[in-house]
Amino acid sequence: MTTITATTTAPPRARKLVGAGRRQWIGLIYVAPAVALVMVFFVIPLGMTAWMSLHNWPLMGEHSFIGLDNYVAILRDTRFWNALKFTGYYTVIVTIAIFAIAFPLAIFIEKPRPFTNLYRTFFFMPAVVGFASASLLWSWLLNVDSGLFSPAAYDLGLIDKKFNLLATFQPAFWSIIAMVVWKVAGFTMIILMTGLQSIPQDLQEAAVIDGAGPFARFRAITLPLMRRTLALALILSVAGSILAFDQFYIILRGGPRNQTLTAVYWIFNQSFVSFKLGYGAALSMVLLVILVALSLIQLWLLRKPEGLD
Amino acid sequence: MAQAISARGKLAARFARHSTGIIASVLFVAPIVWTALSAFKPAAEARLPPLPPWPTTGFSLENYATLNSFGDGLWASAQNSIYVSVMTVILSVIVSVLAGYGFSRFRFPFKDLFFVLILSTIMIPFQSILTPIFLVLTKLGLHNTLTGLVGVYVTLQLPFSIFMMRNAFDAVPREIEEAARMDGAGNATMLVKVMLPLVWPGVVTIALFAFLGAWNEFLAALVLMTDQSKFTLPVMMTALQSGRFGAIDWGAVQAGVTVMMVPCLILFLALQRFYIRGLMAGAVK
Repeated sequence: MTTITATTTAPPRARKLVGAGRRQWIGLIYVAPAVALVMVFFVIPLGMTAWMSLHNWPLMGEHSFIGLDNYVAILRDTRFWNALKFTGYYTVIVTIAIFAIAFPLAIFIEKPRPFTNLYRTFFFMPAVVGFASASLLWSWLLNVDSGLFSPAAYDLGLIDKKFNLLATFQPAFWSIIAMVVWKVAGFTMIILMTGLQSIPQDLQEAAVIDGAGPFARFRAITLPLMRRTLALALILSVAGSILAFDQFYIILRGGPRNQTLTAVYWIFNQSFVSFKLGYGAALSMVLLVILVALSLIQLWLLRKPEGLD
Repeated sequence: MAQAISARGKLAARFARHSTGIIASVLFVAPIVWTALSAFKPAAEARLPPLPPWPTTGFSLENYATLNSFGDGLWASAQNSIYVSVMTVILSVIVSVLAGYGFSRFRFPFKDLFFVLILSTIMIPFQSILTPIFLVLTKLGLHNTLTGLVGVYVTLQLPFSIFMMRNAFDAVPREIEEAARMDGAGNATMLVKVMLPLVWPGVVTIALFAFLGAWNEFLAALVLMTDQSKFTLPVMMTALQSGRFGAIDWGAVQAGVTVMMVPCLILFLALQRFYIRGLMAGAVK
């Protein structure tokens, strides 16, 4: 480990490559398995998605070319637009909630002090558990009869009779938000921590000497210098939330009354429950365009400031 | 006097700091511990709300035993999950080490194109290409096989792990290779005997991420594995929790969730610095 950190700082040497001439072709053999996998499981399926979206493609039987009919159908598919609207709403709320918890935690663990590493480890533990495990766990905690929250509130005398958190939209939605924040906050915290640690200490000290209070320092130094880290944490949270599926499928099955169907959930239903593969592909293309647009925004936000590095 | 006040202030600050830390730690860890403890209750007690979380009517492994009686059983799904995760680790390490070495040390046609192609797959959500992946696997005769699932999982790991390995190889000084070549080392010997020990931390990092990714993945396994004997743990547990095997046995759910969480937590606690390293590498670049 030490050798690597030591050598990364060495000035880059001129690209003098091992061997010469035809020996370089061997490189192709080294990268061939990776390229083959990406071809088979990414490039070809991607092309097929575009191709299938122009077809009526049932699971069994012949498929037929129907041009843009699937896309026209999407325009009238109010349930898809509702799913997309819900996904957007969820993304905004959950991202705000994650940052509201993760940012204070990142500040809390940023400086090396006694027990900080221990706290960091505890905060991070839910992040290594899978979304499916976390959802199964919380579906139990949220259960009205055998779970924790409702019976505990009842035993403490906070409510008169047991309340089913998953039966109506608002409590169900906020329960999911609580579960996702519990699961993801530690992850976002680590990303934000790397940003905080990269701020030069003398800058903060100079500001203190100039009489800047903690809020002024936060606004004038911390936030601007963390721009790229903030953008990264934001994009990871937004992209992850737009693709949300596990928690809504496992805890709520899209309910109550189909109000928590997300975009991926709707595509899953169309493709693998109704087996309308062509239509599912067209929906996927819409989702894909949204995500790629987001990635391009990401590249723009993460660009290195001019004149630096 | 002033000193006494500032000392008391420091003590108060430390007290506030540690109480915040302890309360927050408890909130994050409690659900995990709660489940693991409740799983040891006898079935009759596990149906009741978990207050208190530990077994009060005697310690029991009944829930684990029941879990093994649903469908093909817990052990069958656990074996599937272990197989898929271990194979994903082995294959993604081999493929990424080779590719990382190739991209770092050789010049060949389409090199930049291939590198950008592999990295750009991170922009495309695999959720949107699951249907064609399903059809491709059918064409290859890998439909409903764990091998097919491994192929998908390895591909999902490639952008991160190849990027990671290319950087690791870039950081190895070329003098080391030149010296080894003087001693007559061929390409393969060079990679395995000379280079691999130097990039070992990177290998551990990508292996850890591959394991966690494969062990926890849900949607692709749900869509691609239609035969119950091929279910991985998340798919099997969701089938159980949805009442597919009759009334929901919450004791079995607690036991199953514990089995799903424990390997991740052990690996994370043992290899924490590699995990954080991987996150940082992703965050800084």
